Amino acid sequence: MSAENDDPLLAAEGWLAEGRKAALATVVKTWGSSPRPAGSRLAVRDDGAFVGSVSGGCVEGAVIEVAQAAIADGKTRVLEFGVSDEQAWSVGLACGGRVEIFVEPVG
Amino acid sequence: MHLATLKAINEARREGRGVVLATDLNNGDERLIAPGGVDALADAAAKAARADQSMTVDAEGRRWFLSIFNPPLELVVVGAAHIAQPLTQIGMLMEYRVRVIDPRVSFATPARFPGVALSHDWPDEALAKQPLGPRSALAALTHDPKIDDPALAAALNSGCFYVGALGSRKTHAARLERLRAQGFDDTMLARIKGPIGLAIGAKSPAEIAVAILAEITAALRQPPEAVRREA
Repeated sequence: MSAENDDPLLAAEGWLAEGRKAALATVVKTWGSSPRPAGSRLAVRDDGAFVGSVSGGCVEGAVIEVAQAAIADGKTRVLEFGVSDEQAWSVGLACGGRVEIFVEPVG
Repeated sequence: MHLATLKAINEARREGRGVVLATDLNNGDERLIAPGGVDALADAAAKAARADQSMTVDAEGRRWFLSIFNPPLELVVVGAAHIAQPLTQIGMLMEYRVRVIDPRVSFATPARFPGVALSHDWPDEALAKQPLGPRSALAALTHDPKIDDPALAAALNSGCFYVGALGSRKTHAARLERLRAQGFDDTMLARIKGPIGLAIGAKSPAEIAVAILAEITAALRQPPEAVRREA
């Protein structure tokens, strides 16, 4: 099992042990050529620090903001993103995919 | 996710135990599903775990996400033969946890197998101490019935997903006769891939290792009837 600095679930447990708050974002469904498979996770700390990935960089910024909102209000959310051609090209990924992402607070 | 759930998942992963987390995507309700359950959700979880594929499913009128946390794959090589060197190296590249079992101390040396767990026990003892699981593959490479046969017997009695044995057709036929005499029936014996490896005309040790790991990959990722083997 990989270390706390690149494993979202270990990172989240570590943050809570330090008294921080955290949320998890999980890819739950993909359509077409999406960058990361179902089960890929991103752990987000209350200050916006994060470990892991749900898209290879295309939508992480938006997901982190939503994760911070989930930490603030304690509610889960389901997000859906199309990975646009332009965004996909900019990080060197195949284009045209879509991802559904579940965001939940931890604790 | 509840902190208790998060801790339980991390603990299972540390201990190499498989677990499936079912999360209700509408409200975040969650259940940890251990192997062996009987309801629709547990059934779907077992299928997803076998496929090693996290996925959404509908059960009990709710939409769930099944997160699969499978234990690591394991490659057990019996016989520190020439072929075992590339086999263990490529196995590690494929992120298998690799161990070599060979009671012949001069064969299984750290110099020949850097970074590989080595056991000098006889295979039946080694596999009793550290049993094979559903994520284990075993390849018997010694040609020596004293070493290979007990390993194959232990593998057939385990739930491991792959059993293969090196040797010609003639050697393999004789091996099957010996194991039949020990009480294994034809269905059980048919699980042993022999001669080992997909038929790709492999010649060098590294090529044979590729053929073996290709066959192991097929056993893992494809349903049995889809595995193509040349006659």
